[in-house]
Amino acid sequence: MRKSLLMLASAATLTAGAASADLVFPDLSYRTGPYAAGGVPFSDGYQDYFAMLNARDGGIGGVPARVIECETAYNTEKGVECYEATKGEGALLYQPLSTGITYQLIPKVSADGIPMHTMGYGRTSAANGEVFEWVFNYPANYWDAASVAIKYLHDQNGGSLEGKKIALLYHNSAYGKEPIRTLENLAEKHGYTLDTLAVDHPGQEQKSQWLQIRRTRPDYVIMWGWGVMNQVAIQEAANIRFPMENFIGNWWAGAEHDVLPAGDAANGYKSLNMNRVVDLPVFEEIKKHVHDAGNAAGDGSNLGKVIYTRGLYAAFLAAEAAKKAQEIHGVTELTPAQMRDGMEALEITEELMAERGLDNIGPAFSVSCSDHGGSGMGLIQQWDASAESWTPLTEFIAPDAEVIAPLVAEDSEAFAAENGIAKRCN
Amino acid sequence: MFYREAGDIKTSYVADSQTFPIAFDRIGYLCVIAVAFGVLPFIIGPYWANAVFVPFLIYAIAAIGLNILTGYCGQVSLGTGGFMAVGAYACYKLMTGFPDLNIIFVILLAGGITAAVGTAFGLPSLRIKGFYLAVATLAAQFFLVWLFNKVPWFYNNSASGQISAPERSVFGVAVTGPNVEAWAKYLICLGFLFVLAWMARNLTRGSLGRSWMAIRDMDIAAEIIGVNPLRAKLTAFAVSSFFIGIAGALFFSVYLGAAEAGEAFGINKSFLVLFMIIIGGLGSIFGSLAGAAFLVLLPVLLKNTFVGLLGWPTDLTAHLELMVVGGLILTFLIAEPHGLAQLWRVAKEKLRLWPFPH
Repeated sequence: MRKSLLMLASAATLTAGAASADLVFPDLSYRTGPYAAGGVPFSDGYQDYFAMLNARDGGIGGVPARVIECETAYNTEKGVECYEATKGEGALLYQPLSTGITYQLIPKVSADGIPMHTMGYGRTSAANGEVFEWVFNYPANYWDAASVAIKYLHDQNGGSLEGKKIALLYHNSAYGKEPIRTLENLAEKHGYTLDTLAVDHPGQEQKSQWLQIRRTRPDYVIMWGWGVMNQVAIQEAANIRFPMENFIGNWWAGAEHDVLPAGDAANGYKSLNMNRVVDLPVFEEIKKHVHDAGNAAGDGSNLGKVIYTRGLYAAFLAAEAAKKAQEIHGVTELTPAQMRDGMEALEITEELMAERGLDNIGPAFSVSCSDHGGSGMGLIQQWDASAESWTPLTEFIAPDAEVIAPLVAEDSEAFAAENGIAKRCN
Repeated sequence: MFYREAGDIKTSYVADSQTFPIAFDRIGYLCVIAVAFGVLPFIIGPYWANAVFVPFLIYAIAAIGLNILTGYCGQVSLGTGGFMAVGAYACYKLMTGFPDLNIIFVILLAGGITAAVGTAFGLPSLRIKGFYLAVATLAAQFFLVWLFNKVPWFYNNSASGQISAPERSVFGVAVTGPNVEAWAKYLICLGFLFVLAWMARNLTRGSLGRSWMAIRDMDIAAEIIGVNPLRAKLTAFAVSSFFIGIAGALFFSVYLGAAEAGEAFGINKSFLVLFMIIIGGLGSIFGSLAGAAFLVLLPVLLKNTFVGLLGWPTDLTAHLELMVVGGLILTFLIAEPHGLAQLWRVAKEKLRLWPFPH
């Protein structure tokens, strides 16, 4: 009798121990400030996917995922505060959705040994896993985006951009400056001329930039914008009657909320995307297990939108990496270092995406110790104002590795030399 | 009862003109210093250091700097963010250009460079006053941020325009870079604040400080009694910018580790520091510290209370935080325009008479 009581007690403590352990994914979101338009749907998608996994499967590998939300307002100081506040909770993975905060956190996560995933933003050269042990930016990065956009224009012009004039309208921050060097190198290769036009934070004032565009009449305008800057730019482009089909935003400048304010005038605006916007089976699951149960993140109105889908995609990649890590190490509760191993062994195949209800959400790709960057593919989509939807114009386009790879090597090696980092993966 | 001058007999001029003439104050001050230097470094964790103490200490340095210019010399400045940027970029260029130079000297030199820049932008103050000067310093703010964004030399041609601080150490202990212990971060900022606040206190009660205050109170009268306005105003700009430059250098190298001019040193920074000295109290060193503490701690406190304890949504809390801080600023300006320092002064006056108010 005494023995069984003891066993019961020990079993109770064991289950209590297991119940309190969980997989912690901090969500450094921003639901306030000039960038909230993009921050809200991303965070909703990110949280809803984990909530769905918890409700449907009891978490990842039987361990519930816990999302700690922390408001950064896209501000680096608050981002640092959020990082410090959440890292003690056993955080497995950071996704700050801000290039500025990413630059703050790269040295910190490297010192603390916590992985960070900057999907399609952040420091491009982090694709080199030999130097950046803890930072990942699969499936694509900014330099890939720049290259994909140029490749698309190249094809549109019958294989030559000789003598064309391309203007880059960019957010005057680390984020907006990232593609400049790539576009310059590509300009040398393809023979187009590049004008760069900076727009200062938060991006509401673009009159002079668009006046300049009106004067210099570039053939194409490429935009690296975020938050309120996108809406203003599209409206300004409409005001000067710039042909919308020659105006291409990157994948952070191609969501419904960016084009809707300009109404019909935005018809034909193009943007890149790194994930397809289709009606995924997983949305039904989320609706059933999360929204109908009253647990939707935010107000639940963003389900299926471009940035929501991307947030969900980010959560999917994180959950798959966690699953991989559990497989590799044969455990269910993970440490950040095990999570990193899972990310480095991540392999996203078409079958896997279909199995999880995210059919063809992105390209198939795999990550390795030396390659943290994924395939780098992106597609071009166009806004149809009457149907209020994005129509994909192309399949996934591969970036120009011949230009990008040396740039990544150069930048990451400079970082390694600056910080005395020895290369790994040998 | 305890807080009184009676029995505390001064026998020399030095004792008579000391900063804390009341024994109780002196003991309190020494206790605070002892706790700050002797106890906190041993118990401080990374969250408290990075989210609370380090920003408080750095903003306190900036607030003292602005208080010298605005509170003591009466020259309104909206260029604080720009001058902090000068300190940060000077620090970065010196750190990367002279890797062997000790970080303490780098930060002091960054302060010196900022002082030179600040003096140059202070030249218009000899001709223009009040709002017009505020606009001239506003121009400095926008010009400096634009400059650091525009000229790649300032950020060593990095692809993103970001500057990031390499690892540097003092006596073998890392104080910048990612591998810094919380206590080291805290101590270097505290050390700078302690020395600079000491300097500011002694400058402001010396002849230089008196000439600043004379200019503030009435510049024509000051000139007639023999205060040189050129010297007084430009020294105020130089000393103030020196402080602000050091704050900017620490802000970049010790606190953030990476920064970009537009985001970290925008016009919001200028307003934030200005609010600190208005809420804390113009023309008071204690006020600068109190104002900095108020505006750094209150948002963190509100956030931790609402999100951490009550579990409210983060966006609601963020909006509420703006409303509460804004409301408190308004309340303060109406109820006590001289700021927290004046409240403290009144409290001390009352305490001297307590418990016999008549």
